[in-house]
Amino acid sequence: MSGITDTGDHAVAAGSHPAERPLRRFILDNRASLGSLAVFLVMMAIFLVANPRVFLTWNLYTAVLTTLPVALFMVAPLVFVVTAGEIDLSFPSTMGFAGLAFSYVVQSGFDPFVGIAAAVVTGVVLGFLVGLLVVYGNLSSLVATLGMNFMLRGLILIITQSKSIALVTLGDSLAYKLLSSTVLGVPVQIVWALAFVVFSAFLFNRHRFGAQVHVVGDNPDSANEMGIDVRRVRVKVFAFMGFGAALAGVFSTMINYTWWPTSGDGYLLPVLASVFVGGTPTWGGIGTIFGGAIGALTVSFIQTGIVGAGLSGFYVQFFNGLIIILSLLGHRWNQVRYR
Amino acid sequence: MAERVVELRNITKSYGNVYALGGVNLHVERGEVLGLLGDNGAGKSTLIKILSGVVRPTGGEILIRGKPVANWSAGRSREAGIETVFQDRALAVQQSIVRNIFMGREIRGRFGWLKVKEEISEAHRLMREIGFTSRVFSPHSIVGQLSGGERQGVAIARAIYKQADVIVLDEPTTALSLTETAKVFHFIRQVKASGRSIVFIGHNIHHVYDIADRFVVMDRGKVALEKTREEVPNADDLIEFMEGIARLKHAGANDGAGAAA
Repeated sequence: MSGITDTGDHAVAAGSHPAERPLRRFILDNRASLGSLAVFLVMMAIFLVANPRVFLTWNLYTAVLTTLPVALFMVAPLVFVVTAGEIDLSFPSTMGFAGLAFSYVVQSGFDPFVGIAAAVVTGVVLGFLVGLLVVYGNLSSLVATLGMNFMLRGLILIITQSKSIALVTLGDSLAYKLLSSTVLGVPVQIVWALAFVVFSAFLFNRHRFGAQVHVVGDNPDSANEMGIDVRRVRVKVFAFMGFGAALAGVFSTMINYTWWPTSGDGYLLPVLASVFVGGTPTWGGIGTIFGGAIGALTVSFIQTGIVGAGLSGFYVQFFNGLIIILSLLGHRWNQVRYR
Repeated sequence: MAERVVELRNITKSYGNVYALGGVNLHVERGEVLGLLGDNGAGKSTLIKILSGVVRPTGGEILIRGKPVANWSAGRSREAGIETVFQDRALAVQQSIVRNIFMGREIRGRFGWLKVKEEISEAHRLMREIGFTSRVFSPHSIVGQLSGGERQGVAIARAIYKQADVIVLDEPTTALSLTETAKVFHFIRQVKASGRSIVFIGHNIHHVYDIADRFVVMDRGKVALEKTREEVPNADDLIEFMEGIARLKHAGANDGAGAAA
């Protein structure tokens, strides 16, 4: 082992290796999310220059901070799914289902906290079932979850006869005040969403579950040889996705005081785009939670930004695509795929 | 007689109608280096994968320190003190050295949170123990950036972490340079001196002869020869025997062709 024999003159005390200097390590470990942050800052700078008057008003930011949290609850778990080498396209329907469970419980007169518990159970169970189907059915997660998304949405429409549910009393509840009100002009849900992102990042990088998600996505054969139950890890990843989608469903319903049968549908592509714009590659084994969060920020600002910059709404799609492509190109340098 | 740390009794493995292993008996004694030889397709790898719990045998019995085991799996095998350094693709190459060393056996505190600092200092210790230090890489380095020999070092560091009783090395010297091979041999002697056992699988008869106390030669899913070092005075005898097997096989293949014609 050539490296192993490196002794004598070359011997260096542990800790002085360049990769161990704190700042350098921080940059190396976070290069994907730092790249995403750079893209975001450049984009915002351009918007600011284009129309300083609009971009210096707080209202614009509250608008984004109201809706961004819902996406964040799904972006973080989706990074786990992609890092594990899978994909999930069924989370929009899971979000819709969990929101429906929440709404039914609240509508029946229970406290919203009971509704949240019901939503979480619904989301986790649905995610778990999707995971079982994909993993033990040995199916392509791309196609199987696409099918599940249609099926679950269809089920929602059948159950509700496509009727929305208005929750008029929700605003007076303690749950609403804690989770969805506005404090000092800041929508509280962004705080919860950020807390969820930080928790997810710790789970991803500093927990056994996250460590196993990484190795399962990187080299499932090796993980299996080392005694990791690869299938169980994969199922857990889908269940966690269901958990995030459930929280998204709850928050989306609370923000609007209303649950719609289409709830969740609009999040499929923005959430997917956020994960990849954030710097998580498609092939599994590596990913970044904070990158994904910054990706979500970027994606949600594009629409507001284009219109705010004075361009017509027709430009939104074009710039959406442009940002995705530019981000991917930008991430190429930090996404070396080792074999 | 030395204690049998592991014993495989009458192990069979079939894939459909094809028998990969047709009743193999193999044991590993405490503190010995067992050399496992055989041609490609002789069944060495299958046998090793059964020993390490990655592949389930079709039939037979596995005994650990004399006791039969049930529900044998990769996890159970590691718990029983058997560590395997697999031949290829054994590492997660996009992950750090630390994450590879502790794969499936993370140092964790409450609620499954990792003790990252402890893992890093343990990784430093392990790397020093096998002389695997360098200014080119640290425990944080990504495995994909390392050379073949360095990767082998990571796999070995992983295997020695828990003071395993039996370390299985599947062709550890293939694709290694002379100095790297010497390093692996040095490591094997170290392990042996500490009273632990090694199973060394190899193609290179000289390599195996140099290091092993006992030889098992496999052929077409069966044990064709089992000899201690004393019974085989020099490597040439072993080579002769292996050539004999190859000749037999060749003749067998010709017979088959003749019958088909």
